[in-house]
Amino acid sequence: MIEVLVEPFKYEFMIRSIITAVASGIMLSTLGPFAINRNMGFMADAMAHATLPIIAVGVFFGFSISELGVPASVLIAFFLGYIIKNSNVGEDTAIGIIFSSFFALGFVLISVLNVTINLEDLLFGQILAVSRFDVFIVVSMCVVVVGLMVVFFKQLLFYSFDPIGAEVKGLNTNFLNYLFLVVLSVAIVASLQTVGIILVLSMLLIPAAASKLVTNTFVFSIYVSIIFGTFSSVSGLYLSYFYNLPSGPTMSLVATGIFIICFFVNKLKKVKIQ
Amino acid sequence: MKTTENIFDDTAIIVSDGCCVQLANNPALDDVTFEIKKGKKVAVVGPNGGGKSTLFNAIAGLVPVINGSLKINGMSPKDAKGTISYVPQRDLINRNFPLSVKQVVEMGLINKNTLNLFSRKEINLKIKEALTNVGLSEKINENINNLSGGQFQRVLIARGLAQDADILLLDEAFSAVDVGAQEDIMSLINDINLDGKTILVATHDLNNLEKNFDEVLCLNRHCCAYGDPAEVLTEDVIEEMYGSHYEMFKYHASENHEKNND
Repeated sequence: MIEVLVEPFKYEFMIRSIITAVASGIMLSTLGPFAINRNMGFMADAMAHATLPIIAVGVFFGFSISELGVPASVLIAFFLGYIIKNSNVGEDTAIGIIFSSFFALGFVLISVLNVTINLEDLLFGQILAVSRFDVFIVVSMCVVVVGLMVVFFKQLLFYSFDPIGAEVKGLNTNFLNYLFLVVLSVAIVASLQTVGIILVLSMLLIPAAASKLVTNTFVFSIYVSIIFGTFSSVSGLYLSYFYNLPSGPTMSLVATGIFIICFFVNKLKKVKIQ
Repeated sequence: MKTTENIFDDTAIIVSDGCCVQLANNPALDDVTFEIKKGKKVAVVGPNGGGKSTLFNAIAGLVPVINGSLKINGMSPKDAKGTISYVPQRDLINRNFPLSVKQVVEMGLINKNTLNLFSRKEINLKIKEALTNVGLSEKINENINNLSGGQFQRVLIARGLAQDADILLLDEAFSAVDVGAQEDIMSLINDINLDGKTILVATHDLNNLEKNFDEVLCLNRHCCAYGDPAEVLTEDVIEEMYGSHYEMFKYHASENHEKNND
């Protein structure tokens, strides 16, 4: 058993991949409970898709996705936050417009600028190809995201639960709103290499949703979400290594498997109570 | 020990002088003038869209006053933030979060400088004290989603007590709770009021205003009347607020008088 667990560590690319998977798993599943309780799944999906035109232009000018990560995510967070607040067409509609138009713009730019991007890797992730620099960026982002969440946890929780009460209490709600959008966007963009644009949502939402089904308190749901997210990332990577499966989709499927188990555990608990 | 003599003075805590507020370029409050003294229990009544919540939002500094003035303890509403505790309408609170009663009450002690993850001992003591005052100390670790509507409302009031706010704004405090819970909340409001807090309650229930409140503020985008409920709730004022529904109110009011006399 231990031999099986240790075997992938013989290869440097696997060590890099596992570190990246753990960092992505921790980062996304820390934010997941906030995202699902604030119904921000669609927003997170839009953030992931909105990266495509920025990546296309960045690659055209010779930057890698990791180098583009932080500026791209800050740009997306502020742009989405501003449009949603000021568009007067409703949050869902505004997100939908940005989501589809940015994704379309990304494909058009890739074609017009004639940049070489492996779209399959971008959409579904290619964690096995991460460089040392990519690992450094993802781990750094993980430390920053988790650190900010720890420092502002109580204020963010108050704002998420009762935004009006928080504002009346004197909290800087505008700052808290953009802070969460920025950390969410950073986590999503930093995880694109791990699971890709399409599947990043699954790593954000599924561990958090599964943990909500089997926990009673919000803080505990974050801890369990982190365990589920990290386990999904690492075990997905192992399965993809041993069975030659695509890594991003395998991680998503492991997370889905955990969700299904939690779903039935939750049902059983309800039946027992009745 | 606090006594009613030294708590209730004649200091005006909320002064609105020709206050005007616009929402989406439409007047929501127009030329509203009143003066609430410290330690008063005030019912704010009026039809839907009459400006009750807008007035609370203006007092809380959430919407700007475009004309006239509104002063809280002599300060602008924005400067007075932190001295007010606002319990908004229940649908504005995100109850998706599986929070404990303790976590919600602790929010009354959070400010913009709160950067710690763990609760300190003195914070825990204040939370316990606030929950004891609302009669929910045994529910401290209960999930808020397991509470009844009335209990949840009391938890939010405890949050205001933990904050030690001078003014408590309760928007639709009695909506979606049964009669027993309404009486519990009213009795709690009376207890808090004895400690000198100024309490404003937006309500649709015109019955028992005389019994429960010192003053009533009648709003229909403008101030229809303000003062002692027994004096200001006249047929003209009720018709100015609600149109031709005075008979219905009169019927309920006389029914209550009869019950009280029994």
